[in-house]
Amino acid sequence: MLSIRCPVCGPRDEDEFVFGGDASAVRPADPMACDDQAWTAFLYRRDNPAGPHDELWFHRFGCRRWLRVRRDTRSHAIVAPPLLAEDAGAP
Amino acid sequence: MTQPFRLPGGDRIDRSQPLAFTFDGRAYEGYAGDTLASALIANGVHLVSRSFKYHRPRGIVGLGAEESNALLRIGTGDRAEPNMRATTVALTDGLVAQSQNRWPSLRFDLGQAADLLSRLLPAGFYYKTFMGPGDAWMVYEPYIRRAAGLGRPPDGADPDPYDKRHAHADVLIAGGGLAGLAAALAAGRRGERVILADEDITLGGAPFAGGEMVEGLPVADWIAGTAAKLSAMGNVRVLTRTTVVGTYDHGFAVLVESTERAGLRCRLWKVRARRLVLATGAIERPLVFPGNDRPGVMMASAALGYITRYAAAPGRRLAIVTNNDGAYRTAASLHDSGVAIAAVLDIRNDVDPAAQEAARQRAIPIHGGAVITRVDGRQRVTGLRWSAAGGGGRLACDGLCMSGGWIPTIHLHSQTRGTLRYDEAAHAFLPDRPIEGVRSVGACAGTFDAADAVAHGTAAGNDATPAAPLRRAAPAAPISVEQAFQGGGRKSFVDFQNDVTAADIRLAAREGYRSVEHLKRYTTLGMGTDQGKLGGLNGLSLLAAELGCAPSDVGTTTFRPPYTPVPFGALIGRDHGEGLQPSRYTALHDWHAAHGAVFNQAGSWVRPLFYRRDGESDLDAVNREVMAVRRNVGVIDVATLGKLDIQGPDAAELLDRLYTNSWKKLAVGRSRYGIMLREDGMVFDDGVTARLGEQHYLMSTTTGNAEAVVEHIELLLRTAWRGLRVFVTPVTEQWFAAALAGPNARRVLARVADGIDVTDKAMPHMSVRCGRVAGLTARVFRLSFSGELSYEINVPSADGPALWQRLLDAGRVDDLMVYGTESMGVLRIEKGHVVVGREADGRATPDDLGLAKLCATTKDYVGRRSLSLPALIEPGRKQLVGLVVERADDRLPVGAHVVAEGRAGPQESLGFITSQAYSPTLGRPIALALVKAGRDRMGQRLFATSPTASTSVAVMVSEPVFVDPEGKRLHA
Ligand SMILES: [Zn+2]
Repeated sequence: MLSIRCPVCGPRDEDEFVFGGDASAVRPADPMACDDQAWTAFLYRRDNPAGPHDELWFHRFGCRRWLRVRRDTRSHAIVAPPLLAEDAGAP
Repeated sequence: MTQPFRLPGGDRIDRSQPLAFTFDGRAYEGYAGDTLASALIANGVHLVSRSFKYHRPRGIVGLGAEESNALLRIGTGDRAEPNMRATTVALTDGLVAQSQNRWPSLRFDLGQAADLLSRLLPAGFYYKTFMGPGDAWMVYEPYIRRAAGLGRPPDGADPDPYDKRHAHADVLIAGGGLAGLAAALAAGRRGERVILADEDITLGGAPFAGGEMVEGLPVADWIAGTAAKLSAMGNVRVLTRTTVVGTYDHGFAVLVESTERAGLRCRLWKVRARRLVLATGAIERPLVFPGNDRPGVMMASAALGYITRYAAAPGRRLAIVTNNDGAYRTAASLHDSGVAIAAVLDIRNDVDPAAQEAARQRAIPIHGGAVITRVDGRQRVTGLRWSAAGGGGRLACDGLCMSGGWIPTIHLHSQTRGTLRYDEAAHAFLPDRPIEGVRSVGACAGTFDAADAVAHGTAAGNDATPAAPLRRAAPAAPISVEQAFQGGGRKSFVDFQNDVTAADIRLAAREGYRSVEHLKRYTTLGMGTDQGKLGGLNGLSLLAAELGCAPSDVGTTTFRPPYTPVPFGALIGRDHGEGLQPSRYTALHDWHAAHGAVFNQAGSWVRPLFYRRDGESDLDAVNREVMAVRRNVGVIDVATLGKLDIQGPDAAELLDRLYTNSWKKLAVGRSRYGIMLREDGMVFDDGVTARLGEQHYLMSTTTGNAEAVVEHIELLLRTAWRGLRVFVTPVTEQWFAAALAGPNARRVLARVADGIDVTDKAMPHMSVRCGRVAGLTARVFRLSFSGELSYEINVPSADGPALWQRLLDAGRVDDLMVYGTESMGVLRIEKGHVVVGREADGRATPDDLGLAKLCATTKDYVGRRSLSLPALIEPGRKQLVGLVVERADDRLPVGAHVVAEGRAGPQESLGFITSQAYSPTLGRPIALALVKAGRDRMGQRLFATSPTASTSVAVMVSEPVFVDPEGKRLHA
């Protein structure tokens, strides 16, 4: 079980959080300008890197804030201090 | 005579406290401090189980967690627990133990015919049968299942409490043998927070043969002294009878503590530690020879442990079979305890005479180059036969001890994803590279010498790099393939619990199995509850020998948690019933309960379905409530609906992006219904949102989605829509809500509305007013779910009961009727309102539900882009329709599919019913359904069918609005 250091609440067990998926899949600014392929890529297609991965976690049983967490998928190490999603730059 | 095999002495038993217990109905006696296994052995009981596949008689083989044979059912009734290892069950007074997997009795078991028919049950039997011709699997499966008994569950729900506890530590040490104790002492002296967990009742680890010294003290004295020092340290917590069953990411470990105290069966510890020291020791390795599974065949270290700890002799005359030097010291120790040693039979020819000195001094016969060819005695060993270059012979004995070297317990190291390497000297896998923060010390790391283990543990406790760990293992031979195939057809067992033999491994190799992972699944090697603790290494060694490669090339299977079986109760702890998901109650719950409410759990909420009056059936009550709303007026508690307070300059922009319809022109004091989509175009939630002020809105969500909608909005506001100036605050619990519905709703409301003009002109449909109702601060929303004239009144939660009472008082002259959610459901089905989770089941687009008119084309919103994807506009999608039952007396089956023909047998499903009810307004059952191209089927005669209920009911497809399709009543 991961220990995630929430910027609001401090280090907390993974089971207080909900996984929110790949943080790089940000909603396009103008969806209607996307062709079907680009839009379905945003909806469904995700990379599965062996290494650092930016992901979203929601602290459901805590501060109820979305976090950006950079996790190494090989070791599960969290390789940078988690940030509130709104404080994180473009992934 | 009781306890005929009890010797003098024994470190752990208290002879002043005799304990009575029964095994298979027979009464025995043991002592406080005994395990069930030691008490059985003291009573001369070896036959304790029948094996899994061949139903062979089996005895106790081990001393602790590694036991693979003595799996017993402990306790009776609801407290019975199956598959308990007798070696880890502490004896208690009145304990009831029963054998498993036998019929009609342990001594006479009909299943043993399987042993004689074993040619029919080779390796891969299950797969071959499953892949076999025709219906072979269907034919055999019931017999296989019945024959393959591994215990029965308890008779009822376990009444005993279980608990969970969280803890943090600087160092968690798994294992309280020499290395673990040394590590705890060193870390404790540094002032670190230490948790030391050991599975045994007493600290100290594996039994010692005697004569070994640590730091100038006999081993037993060093252990006692160190344990005393630890218990005096406030920063060290010592947990005995506690097994570290799993190690996970970020220093997380799960421990299971057996308390067996009244009031608490078992406690699960969740520990987060900065460092993890693994001092899990080693398990003695069995030898593979014909008949090595007979009751009375036991690990040599187990025999030593039973004698030194419990003074329980596994026999009066023991033979020892070995491949290593360590067995000679064990033989001497056993001899000194008063047990006769028939002989030591060593597979090796050339053994260092110095190693044998202790045995020679005691005149114990020694046979070198000895191969065991058979074991005599079916339900208890009576002797063995052996051969050697210079002869061989038969030995009489009533017990046989196996000593095959040691298997380091690398499970936890491997669980953390540390790597392994095969050690040629130890003939076993050892930890290679650990992950950061994890260190293996002592026997589990290949350090077998007592003094070395202490040094190794001390270094780990100090978080210091240890001097290169010394690996002075007693010299040993590898597992003997020759011996494994002695005795022509007699079985040599590799995995006792799953009845895997050496011949099974050979067959698998011949059939082309190369990978140990495949071998495991094909032969079931190591797939029992013991996870191959005894047999796994022998299995892969034999496979390597058959393939002519090194064991390191075969590798090991993956070690997964838990290390030992964990009771479900421990995993559940208090997380069941209200402890798992506490029920939520509205402010009016007590009133509902006092007025005949029949409750229902909807998600976490407990809500009244309807209110029963004397003599009424459920349907009578619902019909009465529904008709009251249709003809007069009713009131319902709707406090559970989700409410989000939305404020800020960009509040309307947010609504515009979330909902499919437009919000910018909504005036203050007005409200609007909206549907929200997921980004993939499916309907996610719906509800009415009211504009309370210039920059202030109140959104309502469905009861079940109140939290999910907040998470959805928050994610968008914190990522894609960071620029929006708006705050969203959940206020569901802050407000109580009651809805007045029915043609006379206005008349009732008008009596209590202080200064709010509720006339249709002043307060039209879909409007909101803030003010006072019945003397309470209130918001009044005119909206409707039932299709009738209706008002929803919100007051602060604490005022809920007062509002409710004052509404009832005000409505008494009009016979105001309270109604519940079942009645509300009937009303909304009659009106054709979709419900999220029923009609909007996560696979329905707005158009599927007939809501395309709510989708704006002039702006973007979540999900809009998906609505034009080919799959979402293809013809033949399921569409919402109404179904009216043809014959009023018919009843719709639950979970019905909609089909074209009213006949039995398979046919295409056109769709399914999503909601159904008896409509008192129409006088017959009606339903909402999602049906392929449903809107093209108006007036068609179809059938609602349920294969499980064997019924088929004729229905007519209609518009999904059964009452007041023009909506005149809403605007009355
Ligand atoms: Zn938090």
